[in-house]
Amino acid sequence: MLLRPSFHKTIPISLLSAALAMTGSAVSQTPAAQGDTPEAQKGYEVALRNDKSDEGFGDSRVTARMVLTNRAGQETTRNFSFSTLEKENDEVGDKSLIVFESPRDVEGTALLSHAKILDPDDQWLFLPALKRVKRISSSNKSGSFVGSEFAFEDFTITELNKYTYNYVGEEEHDGVMNDVVERFPRYENSGYTKQKSWTDQEIYQARKVEFYDRKGGLFKTLYLSDYRDYDGIWRAHTLKMVNAQTGKETVLAYDDFEFKTGLDSNDFEQGILTRLR
Amino acid sequence: MAMKYRAAIYTLALVASINTAASAGEWDFGAEVAGEVRYFPNDGLFAGQLDHWQPSFTVQPDIRWESEDRKHQFVLTPFVRVDGRDGERTHLDLREAFYRYNSDSDWSLTVGAVKVFWGRTESRHLVDIINQTDAVEDVDEEDRLGQPMAQLTVIKDWGTLDLFVMSGFRTRTFPSVDGRPRFELPVDPEGEIILRDDNRGAIDLAGRYSHYIGAWDFGVSVFHGTSREPRFAIAADGQNLLTVYDKITQGSIDLQYTKDAWLWKLEALVREGQGDTFAAAVGGFEYTLYQIFGGNADLGLLLEYQYDGRDTNFVLEEFGPALAAPVTFADNDVFAGARLALNDIQNTSFLAGGTVDTDDQFIGMFMEAQRRLGENWTAELEARFFLNAEPSNAAFPVRDDDFITARLTRYF
Repeated sequence: MLLRPSFHKTIPISLLSAALAMTGSAVSQTPAAQGDTPEAQKGYEVALRNDKSDEGFGDSRVTARMVLTNRAGQETTRNFSFSTLEKENDEVGDKSLIVFESPRDVEGTALLSHAKILDPDDQWLFLPALKRVKRISSSNKSGSFVGSEFAFEDFTITELNKYTYNYVGEEEHDGVMNDVVERFPRYENSGYTKQKSWTDQEIYQARKVEFYDRKGGLFKTLYLSDYRDYDGIWRAHTLKMVNAQTGKETVLAYDDFEFKTGLDSNDFEQGILTRLR
Repeated sequence: MAMKYRAAIYTLALVASINTAASAGEWDFGAEVAGEVRYFPNDGLFAGQLDHWQPSFTVQPDIRWESEDRKHQFVLTPFVRVDGRDGERTHLDLREAFYRYNSDSDWSLTVGAVKVFWGRTESRHLVDIINQTDAVEDVDEEDRLGQPMAQLTVIKDWGTLDLFVMSGFRTRTFPSVDGRPRFELPVDPEGEIILRDDNRGAIDLAGRYSHYIGAWDFGVSVFHGTSREPRFAIAADGQNLLTVYDKITQGSIDLQYTKDAWLWKLEALVREGQGDTFAAAVGGFEYTLYQIFGGNADLGLLLEYQYDGRDTNFVLEEFGPALAAPVTFADNDVFAGARLALNDIQNTSFLAGGTVDTDDQFIGMFMEAQRRLGENWTAELEARFFLNAEPSNAAFPVRDDDFITARLTRYF
């Protein structure tokens, strides 16, 4: 993989500042967008290093299990498969396909997403009972994913250019030294005003993320653990989201990932949805 | 002798390779079993109709196999309903029974009984024509019979192209003399008139191109073959309705524009072969309010207008007096509806709406509620009401057929 020229690191922030100055968007009131502060630059670099560590994964397939726990401790489980195609460039996001295996009444339901950076994602839903493919609105970024504590936008938190950054400092978490960075969504309809991420200094992976709601209060905390190395590509296998306001939690557990399985862009066209099963 | 020997070797090799492929692939067995009861508050208007209660149950097994390389798929989904009151509603169908070959992602070929959906709008599935409607199931035209076909699908970055060659025409199911809702004269299940040279064996052809550009999703489709919608003729004895299936040619478009929380939808067609060539369209929007009341619930608001320009005249044919075109309720109607999804663990949802005929204010209303119970059950409650039916409206005979359905489904 070619490394991007070093000037690339600084351009997005300055471009962003210019863009924000023109639009006068609400995001411009966030600290990191106020200009090229050293904290903003350092925060961006931590995020960039994490983004780089994922470069060249190509495509992946994995089966996942989501366990939802309510305040009374009752559990329900969802199973699904998750295919991903790496983004072509930094102007767009990854393409992904989720196919549900359980609960059985939604078995075969599929969600195809073409992630964007600042524009709304393109999303199609496949409803197996009717064999219907329906383009759906993706403006509900903060909505719950299948009743879980994960929101739709939580699946794309690693897209570099979706945020502006602010470096906070170093902190130990789980016995490893981490860079702590605040990030502020640049895209519309986010349910968060701020996220705070802990990224370790050894393999440059996110270990913990705090999400702050529209009123600025702590909303949810995501714990990422059980990282495994696939020829230099790291993947967390246990993601636990705890809702600080309701006490509910969701654990997302991945099986072993398969990489470079031969998927290409045609496998992520809306026409594929009717022949998944 | 040598030939025979070689053939045996080939057969063995083929069997061995199929066995190897089958053992290497993945089997998936499932089933849906549902118990349902319908309640009609009013007495039936016509002699012989069931009174108030209509219990039934359905079984739909689901057998799937996919080879390890995902190139070969086999699907078998039979469906059976046993109805306590309506003999015609007791029926068996192969919803799906096909083999599909997927090449390296560019094209696939499907052979067998298949279900295919075309369209965008919610209040009427106007352009969806491949599968026959299983009309004894419900009045919403969302249940379809499996259609035997060969389907070639090509998926490229310039869009998806589908070509269909179909035979084994399926006639529409209708309630029996006992059934509700129905027209004043019952449909004679033996009185099917298919105006094609090879009757059910005639070949139907269809093609569809679909793609998206930015916020626009669109499809362009053509169909040439036996109409899935029958028109009615009155039998010589004057006591039954005959169903007449014509040869038609139809072209259609369907569009959706997706912007923020707005979905703008349109379906339109032109059809030749049933009376005068006519056009029909349905279009409108779906607007969703997300996370209402500060919670997870979404409220979708729907509004659609339905137009249909088909011929409503009677014509005299050799089998008797007949309508020139199939009956439609959606000729000049406005649909409004709302969908509430709680987005909770039980996937609780409510849907309610009504279609008003702007000519005579006939209203068809419905309400639906659904909730998952535990991991493997769902409970559904549905209500359908027919209000303000004037004698001139096609829905006049069903004016007393309001009904409520309760259904419990177990998934295996």
